[in-house]
Amino acid sequence: MSTATTESVKVIASEPDPVLGYRKFQFGSFTFARDAYFVHVGWPKGTHTIEVDRFLRAMVRDIGWGFFYGWIFFDDVFGTQNHYGTVDIYAGTYSKGHRDTGVDFLETFNTDDVRVAFETISKDWINEGYDPLRAPMETGSPLGSKTKEASGPLIRGFEPARRMMGLPGDVAPRSDESGHPINRAFADLEYDKPVIEPEPGFEGKIHAFNLYDHIARADVTWNPSFTSITKACICCVTSEEHMLPVIHGNDRNEWFIQLTDEIHWNIQDKNTGNPRGRIVMKSGDVCAMPADIRHQGFSPKRSMLMVLENGTPGLDEKYASGELEPFPITASRW
Amino acid sequence: MSFKTIVASLDSYEMGSIELNDDLKHYAFSNIFDVASKSAPYERVMVVSNLDYCAEAVRAEGASNWYMAPHDEFAIVMDGEIEFEFHQLTDEEKPTHPQGAAKMAADPKGPRMGRVVARRGHEVLLPEGSAYRLKAAKPSVCIIQTSVGPESVEKWSEICVLS
Repeated sequence: MSTATTESVKVIASEPDPVLGYRKFQFGSFTFARDAYFVHVGWPKGTHTIEVDRFLRAMVRDIGWGFFYGWIFFDDVFGTQNHYGTVDIYAGTYSKGHRDTGVDFLETFNTDDVRVAFETISKDWINEGYDPLRAPMETGSPLGSKTKEASGPLIRGFEPARRMMGLPGDVAPRSDESGHPINRAFADLEYDKPVIEPEPGFEGKIHAFNLYDHIARADVTWNPSFTSITKACICCVTSEEHMLPVIHGNDRNEWFIQLTDEIHWNIQDKNTGNPRGRIVMKSGDVCAMPADIRHQGFSPKRSMLMVLENGTPGLDEKYASGELEPFPITASRW
Repeated sequence: MSFKTIVASLDSYEMGSIELNDDLKHYAFSNIFDVASKSAPYERVMVVSNLDYCAEAVRAEGASNWYMAPHDEFAIVMDGEIEFEFHQLTDEEKPTHPQGAAKMAADPKGPRMGRVVARRGHEVLLPEGSAYRLKAAKPSVCIIQTSVGPESVEKWSEICVLS
């Protein structure tokens, strides 16, 4: 079952729970409640429970990524799909059991309304001392009753470069001065600067920076920053530790380049969730993520990953219609 | 807790693994250092292909030809040390091909813009409107974020894991 909402929808908050202190929320046909351990999502024909750490890690990234390219599965049941102007929130739509029993549900909202709703919920449910963007070993626990709401920015680390990071007038790489020391997990590498020698009159026209230094200073995980853009080709780099707290369903091909260490990826069919296999990427490995899969990564040690995206508008529709094959290298090129 | 970061190189790399109930060609799984170890100097081998866009793995060794592209490109040095030298293109030299890198027929005539010396982890702008060449005293490796162009080489069957 699905409904499409064209009118603006506002999230409605309850009074704080008298025991735990958290508010409940109604957004369209969905309800959201949390307790000490879990988030409970409700919709007209069903309910679903997600562990609170996983839910909050997924929700703040979904906001920060602008709902990203395609599907963001918080788990195998609940998530969002980006239509670049509207966003679907679904429960069970891509779960065979839910569909077979008719309890699946999908509702479409304006993107800004979803962003405001998710921000409102996250702010109420994130306590000081818990930072869902950090690696689990670097932050406190989200469990228990409400204490004091976190005061820092809800999302960060996602300001995109417009041409190339570090160019005059563009986004600056992370540094000690910006409050980003080298992360403990990358402290064993050496970080030097490139030599840049412009001729007089060409200052600012040639440019380079230490990309690994920028990644090593990230205080967020699984949260890419755009570092260089040529036309619609976007280079994103991220520091990855523990597990990607969402399962990403592709609406286009994307490519991973493993810069350091390794990440283990589970690959599933996008529509059914059935397992397709495993990929272990090590330093220097390159792999496509086709447009018909879901994937979730596990990084045993904090690692550096580069992702190359194609941000051409309308690609999602071309893959969905079959106009483009769901994999990047067509048969005649082999 | 102590950490050891693994950064592969031309002399020391180990590919991961891919085990799928799917056509492995759909994933085009390769390794930049493996590709560079088998490439001729400055052969621009595509390891990423996304419609018009690509990333090329390059073994830098000695001096390259002069290249130009009608848009920005970006090089990330993965191993060794590479010098990038830049000249401004004259109006007569500006590229007429639609995208990607092309070799120049002769040395650039425009003014020298400068040079960058980059090592592992450094990202270098190869700006639109410039001619550039690479030099490396020892075998080095970079990847170039660009569009598919006249110099892009496709040899997927040779570089990818297929079984």
